[in-house]
Amino acid sequence: MSMVSVSDRPAELDLSKVPIRLDVKNLDFYYGQHKALKDVNLSFYDRQVTALIGPSGCGKSTLLRIFNRIYSLYPEQRATGEVILDGANILDPSIDLNELRARIGMVFQKPTPFPMSIYENIAFGVRLYEKVSRADLDQRVESALRRAALWDEVKDKLRQSGMGLSGGQQQRLCIARTIAQQPEIILFDEPTSALDPISTGKVEDLLEQLRSDFTIVIVTHNMQQAARISQRTAFMYLGELIEIGPTQSIFLNPTKKQTQDYVTGRFG
Amino acid sequence: MSTADDAGARMSRAQRIKPSSGSDKLFELASRSAAYFVLILLAGIMISMVIGGWPAFREFGPGFLTSSVWDTQSEQYGAWPAIVGTLTTALIAMVVGVPLSLGIAIFLTQLAPGWMKKPVSTAVELLAAVPSIIYGMWGLFVFVPLFAAFVQIPVSSLTEGLPIVGTILYARSPSGLGILTAGLILAFMIVPFIASITRDMLEQIPTVLRESAYGIGCTTWEVVRYVLLPQAGVSIIGATMLGLGRALGETMAVTFVVGNANRLSASIFDPGSTIASRVANEFNEALGMQMSALIALGCILFFVTFAVLVCARLLVARVGKI
Repeated sequence: MSMVSVSDRPAELDLSKVPIRLDVKNLDFYYGQHKALKDVNLSFYDRQVTALIGPSGCGKSTLLRIFNRIYSLYPEQRATGEVILDGANILDPSIDLNELRARIGMVFQKPTPFPMSIYENIAFGVRLYEKVSRADLDQRVESALRRAALWDEVKDKLRQSGMGLSGGQQQRLCIARTIAQQPEIILFDEPTSALDPISTGKVEDLLEQLRSDFTIVIVTHNMQQAARISQRTAFMYLGELIEIGPTQSIFLNPTKKQTQDYVTGRFG
Repeated sequence: MSTADDAGARMSRAQRIKPSSGSDKLFELASRSAAYFVLILLAGIMISMVIGGWPAFREFGPGFLTSSVWDTQSEQYGAWPAIVGTLTTALIAMVVGVPLSLGIAIFLTQLAPGWMKKPVSTAVELLAAVPSIIYGMWGLFVFVPLFAAFVQIPVSSLTEGLPIVGTILYARSPSGLGILTAGLILAFMIVPFIASITRDMLEQIPTVLRESAYGIGCTTWEVVRYVLLPQAGVSIIGATMLGLGRALGETMAVTFVVGNANRLSASIFDPGSTIASRVANEFNEALGMQMSALIALGCILFFVTFAVLVCARLLVARVGKI
């Protein structure tokens, strides 16, 4: 019996008709000598929310941090295998990391507003990659803030520092900053772990809406959250992908014993 | 709370040795007088400087600040060349030293491979510990001849006759000594301070902020320029001001290399003097009005430094509010 409620969803999607956005093949990952991911294979489907769950240290954040190559900041970390985005392997050393990161956005555990105004926090990322006129930029900032459900709260103080917002507002600002760049995929690394329940609710509602435009991968240690917001769930344990499938079946009829033990709260 | 706990608390209170209220009073008095001591010292220095410099201030009036004469025979003194020298050398030190320091700090925190960080950081800290007399000697015996041969002479021959640069960057007698030399030595002296404080500040910035800047596709330059430096901004200004304070007041190294000329020249290749170097040079033989003029110079340096620190505070407070 599952302790997690999964809301009734329409009959399962026929995945054969949904394009694959990101395809992971035989992926291994190392922190120096330590092998943190072992032969991971999975696919992320277009405009679906995929949740990565598992106990601490299982490699879910590590996996997420491969998709925008943020791990490349640290020379002792390396990945082998393939992660295919639009036919190209993003692990290829010749790939343009800045362009990749504009295409695959990321939202972190803690809100990370930049030390600039609310407006600039969003305009900054847009200007990095596009030449836009002043009016278009205003438009982009406004629509990103609206989509992040933050516009009404900040429209009168766009020139004030982003650091002055509450934690929940800051996190929505970071989401607005990410969507303003119009990425294809957005990675969320425990985006609500530093937020109070009300802010968490707002961010979850937001994720639900963002799904219509973006492919979303979210790491969460909160199983209820995974159940509430995702269409597909992947369970990881000790660096291995144990099971991936529709969220409903992962929580209600897992095929592996480890998955069942975890989702029923027997460990983790 | 349970009654057993209450009883325990009461018992321990009864068992405690009663502290003598006298020792606590003594402690308060001791720490209070330590704090007052600083204020008294500061006031004492300020008052004695003003009293010592008063004859010169009274004799020459406001003209003391603006006059360029420094004539011990006719007892005419003016502070202008020394004030200009002090501000110019400090400005050169900042213009050269601050970018150099930021470069070091950014390289050490963002770009340097792991094995390199420790030795370079230690070297920077060791530089801060080098006594100023060493900078002065090294400057005079090593840097000055090289500077004359490889900078002053070639640059002067290039700029000769040109408008403006022909004045500012022209050495009438390329000895290597001069305002620019002093400014550069000062720059080397303040670099370790600014660099190590800035490095510490950049290290303290949470990794996740740096990652999220890279995460939207920033290049290293953009991450540093738009996110990390502004984030550390107030502290970097503070570090810079600390360096400026040192540059304004530094005596020994500057006296060695500034050339100690009493007249004001428009060229930064020419010898000049700063307030501190002038005082250090003449204090030994000064009597009467000359002594008073030197103390008055010291007084001016005191207020210039004070004003700079106040400006720094105001700037930090304003930036901090944004």
